[in-house]
Amino acid sequence: MTEQSLQEEPLVVRGKLEIPYKQFVGSVASKFLIEIRDNKKIFGMRCPECNRVYVPSRSICPKCMCRMDEWVEVSDRGTVLTYTVVNYKEPTHPVEPPFVYGIIQLDGADTGIVHFIAGVDPEELKVGLRVQAVFKAERQGSMLDIKHFKPL
Amino acid sequence: MAERIAITGVGQTYHKSKRKDVNAPELVTEAVEAALKDAQLTMKDIDFVVSGSFEMADGQYLPDMWILPEFGGVGKPGLKLQNAGTTGGVAAGAAFNYAASGMFNNVLCVTWQKMDEGQGAFGRGGGGLSEYWQSQIPMSPITNFARRTFAYLHNSGCTEEHFAITRVKQDQCALKNPYAQLKLNTTVEKVMESMALVWPIRYLHMCPSTAGAAAFIVSPENQAKKVTRKPVWVEDWFCAHVGGAFTMAEDPTLSTLRHGCEVVYKRNGITNVLKDIQAFEVYEPCSPAELRWMEEVGVCEDWTAWKLMEQGKVGIDKEIPFNPSGGVTATNPIGATPVIRIIEAALQIRDDAGEHQVPQTVNRALATAYGGQGENVIFLLRKSL
Repeated sequence: MTEQSLQEEPLVVRGKLEIPYKQFVGSVASKFLIEIRDNKKIFGMRCPECNRVYVPSRSICPKCMCRMDEWVEVSDRGTVLTYTVVNYKEPTHPVEPPFVYGIIQLDGADTGIVHFIAGVDPEELKVGLRVQAVFKAERQGSMLDIKHFKPL
Repeated sequence: MAERIAITGVGQTYHKSKRKDVNAPELVTEAVEAALKDAQLTMKDIDFVVSGSFEMADGQYLPDMWILPEFGGVGKPGLKLQNAGTTGGVAAGAAFNYAASGMFNNVLCVTWQKMDEGQGAFGRGGGGLSEYWQSQIPMSPITNFARRTFAYLHNSGCTEEHFAITRVKQDQCALKNPYAQLKLNTTVEKVMESMALVWPIRYLHMCPSTAGAAAFIVSPENQAKKVTRKPVWVEDWFCAHVGGAFTMAEDPTLSTLRHGCEVVYKRNGITNVLKDIQAFEVYEPCSPAELRWMEEVGVCEDWTAWKLMEQGKVGIDKEIPFNPSGGVTATNPIGATPVIRIIEAALQIRDDAGEHQVPQTVNRALATAYGGQGENVIFLLRKSL
């Protein structure tokens, strides 16, 4: 390559990928969201082999690889298994910082769900804290129909 | 020294344009369940998982992270592969290599595409093209095949009607395949009247978009013989990937299929293709492609496939058993499509294809994957080694 060609302006091609999508929730998970939306009730699925209750509901037990069809209503109260405090802002965050989210095991369930924990001073947060779901007034069939969990 | 390996179980979903009743993990699990049932194994027996989907076509990112946990596919060694149209081809090849390593007993290969969730336009866009030489010109799978097909018309002396005859033959095969998506019972007239998307490619020539999944289990020889009485031996596989083949000023109708087939035929002593191979499952994303690809695979001389198609010599119970399943023009969940080819070829060898079973004994079958703008993966399967 000559000295002269090295001095040419290197060009750049700019592009942007847009990837629109939708995701079908499926019949089983849809019932879970519809119960929250219409009745403020939380349902799980019980595995016929290992008896584990999955919340959110799912159609297949990943441990036993068997189909589940027994719906089980679980409590809107539960226990914090772990948590963290978010102090910075991010476009993907649905709420302003600071906020707390954690994993909550509802009474009657064998699995945890990820959700916000609010109405509590971060200093008072601890593993084992008892919490209860706070439902939004306007519900649309999403996990965010539960606004957050508050301490009991 | 690599182990000899065999496919011990296969499974696929009943392919549809939309599957609103299930989410993606549930759809994929249907295929895994079917493959495990076929091999009479459970997830506990699986010790390596290869997964694959064309992520962009579903608008998904790292889908394996939330799909594999649905069927207990986590906590096992594995890898995820993504390679557009040949995703299932490279995933299957990787599964074969891991099984041949002798380090694993039962390798699960699972692939899927839920195209009812993504943006089809992404797949129809200029994937696999150079950003500065090619992609600014509206090239896509459809325009790519239109260009090839026009050249085929010019070089072979066939007419548009022969593409429609090919589509009807594919449809008649699909009508006999319970898993196929499009069962149109169409006619030459209807195909020729359908809209010219990019002439000479018409609407009814192109593959559909599909929600579907496909899986198989492959094992080293000793394990395979324990698992099944009908092992389908993997004789060879070859990946013929050449980017941007269409700018090389060679015959514009050719993909890398001919080159790939020449390699595997030579390695395995195949001299008379139609005598040595008894069933063909070739990834043809549109009807006209099947004609040129019959020639590339070597079942007939250059520029003669359309005559054989016109004479009715191609079909399930015909001289040339090409795509007895109905092929890709009937069913195309992109990431899973190559694995469906392998499954269909395996079913032909096992004599388990049902209504679309080739009547002669299938000792050897050929399956291929196609992707990008001319890339191919070629597989040879055998009844016995």
